[in-house]
Amino acid sequence: MKNFEYAAPTTESEALQLLGDSSVSTEILAGGTDLVGLMKKMIVTPDRVVNILGIPSLQTLERRADGQLWIGAAVTLDTLLDSPYLAGYDAVTQAIRGINSMQFQCQGTIGGEICQRPQCWFFRGGRGLLGEGGQAAANGDNRYHAIFGNDGPAKFVHSSRIAPALIALGAAVRVIGGPSGRGPDGAEAESGEQLVPIANFFQTPRHERQRETILAPNQLLTHIVLPNPVGIGNATYEVRHGEGPDYPLAAAAAALRMDGGRVADARIVMGQVAPTPWNSVAAAALLRGRSIDETVADAAGQAAVADATPLSQNAYKVQLAKVAVKRAILAAAGLPTGGF
Amino acid sequence: MADNSYSWPKAGETSSLGKRVNRIDGVEKASGRAKYTYDIQLPKQLIARALGCPHAHCKIVSIDTSAAEKVPGVVHVYIFPHAKPGSEIEWQGELLVAVAAESEGAAVEGLSKLKIQYEKLDVFVDDANLAAAQAAKRASKGGGKEQTEREPGDDDDEKEFVNAEFARLFKESKHIVEGFYGIDAITHCCLEPHGSTVTWNGDKLLAYLSTQNVSGTDEGFADGLKIAADDVEVRCEHIGGGFGSKFAADYWGLAAAQISKATGRPVKLMLDRDQELKLGGNRPSAYLKVKLGADADGVIKVWDSEHWTTGGAVGGGVTHNGVIPYVFEPKNYRRSQINIKTNLGPQRAWRAPNHPQACAITQTAIDDLAARMGADSMEIFLRNLGTDEARRIGGAKPSVYKAEIELAAKLMDWKAKWHPHGKGTAKGSIVDGLGMALHTWGGGANDSNCNLKIYPDGGVETFCGTQDLGVGTRTAIALVLAETLGIPYTGIKVNIGSSKLPVSGPSGGSTTIGGVSESHRRAATDALAKINDLVAKKLGVAADTLVAANGRISVKGQPDKSLSWKEACNLIGMRPLEVTGSFKRGTPSPLSNATVGGVQMAHVLVDKDTGVVKINKFVAVQDMGLVVARKQAESQIYGAIIMGIAYSLFEQRIADSASGAFLNSELRDYKLARLGDIGDIVVEIYEPESERSRGVIGLGEPPVISPGAAISNAVANALGVRVPVLPLTPQRVLEAVQKAGRA
Amino acid sequence: MTESTIKGPGDPGFSRREFLRGSGAVAAATALQTHAAAANQEGQAAGPAIVRGETTITLQVNGESKKVTVEPRTTLLEVLRTQLELTGAKPISHDGSSGGSTVMVDGKPMSASTLLAVAVVGKKIQTVESLGGAKPDAVVKAFVEHDALQCGFCTPGFVMAVRAFLDKNPQATEAEIRGGLNGNICRCGTYANIIQAAIAVVKGGK
Repeated sequence: MKNFEYAAPTTESEALQLLGDSSVSTEILAGGTDLVGLMKKMIVTPDRVVNILGIPSLQTLERRADGQLWIGAAVTLDTLLDSPYLAGYDAVTQAIRGINSMQFQCQGTIGGEICQRPQCWFFRGGRGLLGEGGQAAANGDNRYHAIFGNDGPAKFVHSSRIAPALIALGAAVRVIGGPSGRGPDGAEAESGEQLVPIANFFQTPRHERQRETILAPNQLLTHIVLPNPVGIGNATYEVRHGEGPDYPLAAAAAALRMDGGRVADARIVMGQVAPTPWNSVAAAALLRGRSIDETVADAAGQAAVADATPLSQNAYKVQLAKVAVKRAILAAAGLPTGGF
Repeated sequence: MADNSYSWPKAGETSSLGKRVNRIDGVEKASGRAKYTYDIQLPKQLIARALGCPHAHCKIVSIDTSAAEKVPGVVHVYIFPHAKPGSEIEWQGELLVAVAAESEGAAVEGLSKLKIQYEKLDVFVDDANLAAAQAAKRASKGGGKEQTEREPGDDDDEKEFVNAEFARLFKESKHIVEGFYGIDAITHCCLEPHGSTVTWNGDKLLAYLSTQNVSGTDEGFADGLKIAADDVEVRCEHIGGGFGSKFAADYWGLAAAQISKATGRPVKLMLDRDQELKLGGNRPSAYLKVKLGADADGVIKVWDSEHWTTGGAVGGGVTHNGVIPYVFEPKNYRRSQINIKTNLGPQRAWRAPNHPQACAITQTAIDDLAARMGADSMEIFLRNLGTDEARRIGGAKPSVYKAEIELAAKLMDWKAKWHPHGKGTAKGSIVDGLGMALHTWGGGANDSNCNLKIYPDGGVETFCGTQDLGVGTRTAIALVLAETLGIPYTGIKVNIGSSKLPVSGPSGGSTTIGGVSESHRRAATDALAKINDLVAKKLGVAADTLVAANGRISVKGQPDKSLSWKEACNLIGMRPLEVTGSFKRGTPSPLSNATVGGVQMAHVLVDKDTGVVKINKFVAVQDMGLVVARKQAESQIYGAIIMGIAYSLFEQRIADSASGAFLNSELRDYKLARLGDIGDIVVEIYEPESERSRGVIGLGEPPVISPGAAISNAVANALGVRVPVLPLTPQRVLEAVQKAGRA
Repeated sequence: MTESTIKGPGDPGFSRREFLRGSGAVAAATALQTHAAAANQEGQAAGPAIVRGETTITLQVNGESKKVTVEPRTTLLEVLRTQLELTGAKPISHDGSSGGSTVMVDGKPMSASTLLAVAVVGKKIQTVESLGGAKPDAVVKAFVEHDALQCGFCTPGFVMAVRAFLDKNPQATEAEIRGGLNGNICRCGTYANIIQAAIAVVKGGK
């Protein structure tokens, strides 16, 4: 590891102060499950590490009067699993369970989980976030890489397992610091704090200086805000090679608002298929107005992958994504998935 | 004493041998007290880390270490001899420069400051692709053999005769299978990486080395450092995994010694995780194309195969010799081998070298014969065994395999579970399948010497330059001594793990328990004879009437005429009784033997829509001669099956065709079986008197051989489609199903 | 199901009613800060303290206070192994995916290999060695009784994982055991015996 300076602020404003010093490169440390390993391998080499675990406001879990659930970014995943507040957010619970490691769950935080860096082996092998401008994945072994959104240099898949569920459920994130970033209306925000729809939080980097989220170096993700889940059937389905804590081969989260046995509204988000979580408008559109059965779920799966653009070695992921969507929809509707 | 004076007690007459006991170092290991090489912490010790070459094939142009030397905490920078400018490096991860520092962080930071210029050279790593290897001029003939039941006439051209014979045999065959099968390279992936902590005392080197060859690696250090072998001591109390990869001092061990010499401080140099996977050893891949012909009963009459294999940049690979086809010995066969040179690290011996691969790429073809015939796979395996008088199979006796198959089938409930290939009933997208395979291994006892001390107060202590890879060597030794001396095994002190102890062989090829059982049974038998002489004199009886049991030495049939073990030892005098025990590998002995057979069956569930395979149940029946430490022996079999599940479903070295990089060299990417992946495993040791009476035979290798073929066959049975190459990843399962759908 | 269900921006009524672990975290941060302020002679006029270079911290390990000297980059694992002679936790992977360095931090299983030592000041750290001693913990005894170890290198991490899992799920079923212990790797393949050991601990009620 490169040596770095370390600080553990106790307030959000202290954290912003530490992050806002543009004379040093900074990284935000929470559970450390991802960052510390990357620093040990010298893939990430900050001048300063800011540990946010000591900020009390980031440790809260609160159900607001309007039914929203506010989750502090530094709340650990096992805390969420144990919390009665997670009732109704099955897609989130299932995604956290899928991590399949007590250690990652106890140590890792929800903010860290959605801000984790790509698992891409070219990135982690020291060949840059984009893997030599995308050439490494384009010409090399891309079996785990993107099947959507891969026309630019970024071919990796976004690692977060929870993000698809959060997007499907219509969550937002509270971001402080600025000025960059966009507000909920998509417009540039001046500064201070903003609530960003989580669907807009992720971005596909176009060059090495960009990251996988819109967070600027001087910004901090403080909370994830989930809307009231009442009446929303939701589920995450991950296609996992085995029972280890390695990443799924493909995943999907589905959220369905039912009205009289028919889908009034739906959101279908795939994971592990693109440089960002991948929202399928087509699958959601197909479901609207229909009642869910295997045929409909299968058709939605087909619709979700119709536009896939697999790379040289990962066409199989199209099938897996299709099945993940189908099974997430069936599970969200409370039906058996028919698979493992 | 003459060899025939040594023997084992009969089954049912043992007090310690073959009993289910706790290993004597269990608490030490489970509570973190056991010290491994990685745990050795010497005063003023430096931590060294090494830079692995980022390129798979290159020339070193220049190395600038000046910036690294300036990093705070860095004490010494060492350039490996093979990395001097101008050197050619042939695989990614090969160590180039080591940096020794006050802390690990400083050492790693130092490495990041090295400035090395490389000239990249052509890369080839695609070992599965024979055509590509040939186009890249990386393929070469690796030998072969052909045999026909009929002899050519004096006037026949041999080649023409063989061709004609094969043509005739295939024409006469009722069933023909043509197939492609393969198994990717895997790494040893020892959880404790290779490495050492070394320190000098003047000209004498003390090396704490993670090794499965305590008695042999002192010479490795001595040769490499040009010092006398007796000036080196290698120690290894506990080793965190070896599996065949830790027999040598290794060049990084010599580097640690040289850095230590240069700095005058102890040095620890352990491979980093990715280096462990890239350099620490791998098991060669093998891919095979075969055409086989069988008669109406499914008995294989002719086998014609070509396989290609790679041991990496240095050569090697899976031999054809004696293992293709695996265990089965058709009367007519032709097998040829092609070696492929890749830019990947050199192979090392991996549990049962050649056998798991050979089993996986040939017993799958035999299962496909059953599928082609619409027959029960078990029936086809049985028909190809032959009889003890007219064998069709090598290794263990056909009657042993047959008995094991029947036992395994019962434990698996094979008959009830069986359905013809691809004809099971799906539940949703999930189908189930059964598969089996069988194997053999030698496992004869290795060289072993021990020095047994029996103290006048009754204490028993042994010294032996062996090691415990996790099989329970200490426990097995204690059980042999306890059995022989008629005392409890728990109080016996077992000293192993130093090259200064009596020489014992390396732990490889399932030879350790046989070896140490030989030396210790002999030493203890001789020691007891001496004590019995003293007791006989004391009791006024003949020595040959005495028996040692339950902590007493007594006259047979007269338990009141006896001395306690302690009283008996009191007769030794002031100084301990010291007896040596020796065994030389290959010596015919009533205590140990070689050649075992085993049978394994797998029941799997396959999700047709995702290609995900899960093990539902796995049965292993294993012969191992006489069992010394039963619980630990069973653990070995469980462990072998779990390793087998790993290489069948998860594990593979993924090398990037474009760059030659070993892409999945970190543990999150290098997929191994986890606790939730193993299903229900049933282990049965096959130990009838006919096999037990042969004596001790090693167990480490045999049970790891069959899982690949058994699991692949089970998946083929479930799907009705062969997924040709292990591991059976979801990708491969889906691609095989899709390909079959198109065909 | 539209974004309008999210209120905002703005969070004037931010509530601190339900701190889950807040008090512990505050205490930890304070302890470090106090120390860091002392370590940095030049001090910080305002704002949070910044730790640079070597610094001495106090860790609570197995019920004892231990003074150790670390850099910000020093991992808890390194400190345990090189300064406190606690080598039970093992360096197996860099990314915590092996579970080999599992220790309990405030009663929860975590990978010491991915924790910075400076980040665990004030927390209760428990290593596998605390389960040994004259009267070994039930999990240690069950591992030995069921021969749930071979080479033993992964074993301390696994023992800690099983202990943590059963602390939380004392009545765990076999299926839950099989589902709950996948954060650790064993290369020798002792899983079948570990399952039996964990079942035995549940039956023994410890």
